[in-house]
Amino acid sequence: MVKVRMKDLIDKFNLELISGEEGIHRPIQTSDISRPGLEMAGFFTYYPAERLQLLGKTELSFFYGLEDPLKRKERMDRLCTDETPGIIISRSMDVPEELIEASERTEVPILRSNVTTTRLSSRLTNFLEGQLAPSTAIHGVLVDIYGVGVLITGQSGVGKSETALELVKRGHRLVADDSVEIKQESENTLIGNAPELIQHLLEIRGLGIINVMTLFGAGAIRNYKKISLVITLELWDQKKVYDRLGLEEDMMQIIDTKIPRMTIPVRPGRNLAVIIEVAAMNFRLKNMGMNAARQFSERLTREIQTGDYEDTEY
Amino acid sequence: MVEKELVVKLETGLQARPAALFVQEANRFQSEIFLEKDGKKVNAKSIMGIMSLAVSTGSKVIITTDGNDEVDAMEALTEFVKGE
Repeated sequence: MVKVRMKDLIDKFNLELISGEEGIHRPIQTSDISRPGLEMAGFFTYYPAERLQLLGKTELSFFYGLEDPLKRKERMDRLCTDETPGIIISRSMDVPEELIEASERTEVPILRSNVTTTRLSSRLTNFLEGQLAPSTAIHGVLVDIYGVGVLITGQSGVGKSETALELVKRGHRLVADDSVEIKQESENTLIGNAPELIQHLLEIRGLGIINVMTLFGAGAIRNYKKISLVITLELWDQKKVYDRLGLEEDMMQIIDTKIPRMTIPVRPGRNLAVIIEVAAMNFRLKNMGMNAARQFSERLTREIQTGDYEDTEY
Repeated sequence: MVEKELVVKLETGLQARPAALFVQEANRFQSEIFLEKDGKKVNAKSIMGIMSLAVSTGSKVIITTDGNDEVDAMEALTEFVKGE
């Protein structure tokens, strides 16, 4: 699946198309950017043709310093391969004739930007890394609760959307309902968002599709959110043992990242929204170093070890 | 697990109403059912998921069913997207 094409770069960075218009739909496969300096000098042994090529002042000055017209033509020809997604000239510099000729023949798009080379290079890398990050889609609901991105998962019909509605009613923010697109933007960072078509929408059985933004206002939604906690809802299983202490840490792996997970049994009369709200607050507290379960457990252990119960507080 | 790639022949594609019917059909089965289009995979029992794919007529989709009634589920859903 192609995630980003040259055309996206042109739109995003306002690049000027010099030649090779036929190639603007070429896909970009890697976020690495190449500055072909040694290639200008004729060393093509390790030329990374699949990368986006960036020609700055250094590369072009060297090129203009070449006197042999044959060499100039040859170098530019070898720069434009079938694999090359595109070549970008920075600082609004003039584009060599030889490069335009080569690009027209091979349909490699040549673009120009007025930004300086290093800045352009870092912006391009950032953008490409974001776009090319590994991604997946998960069946669930993503809500921002007190600033914690909570992904609620569970079987169809267990009450994910209803819980989300209640959470929105309590002032939290909906990110995505039913289908969450997740991107691993950097190591250990998962960003979730809704597929564009169903952004801000919630489906409640019996009501149908509702628009959370028009109903509750712009404060009730978010377009994307980092996922910090997974809560799995499941129908109460008599035979299953549920966590009673909160000392165990269950993890769920999404792409290459592990996220803490809690499994919450659903039974009539349990207010899930409140439970999830508290789970999110407790998660924040744990991150600040306050773990109620662990502190209590340590106290209990101490009492048992010392044997006699010393009542100092009363 | 049963997996099948097929072309959607349903004239309207999976617009809102047909999508709801498709999901209703999928929910009749116990198996886990997924629908994939252009590398995006969603739970076939979730209407928002299905609609987010915007499946048009003629598009290629992959249906996966997994569970004790996977064969029946596949048959029913295949029949559905054929649009007869």
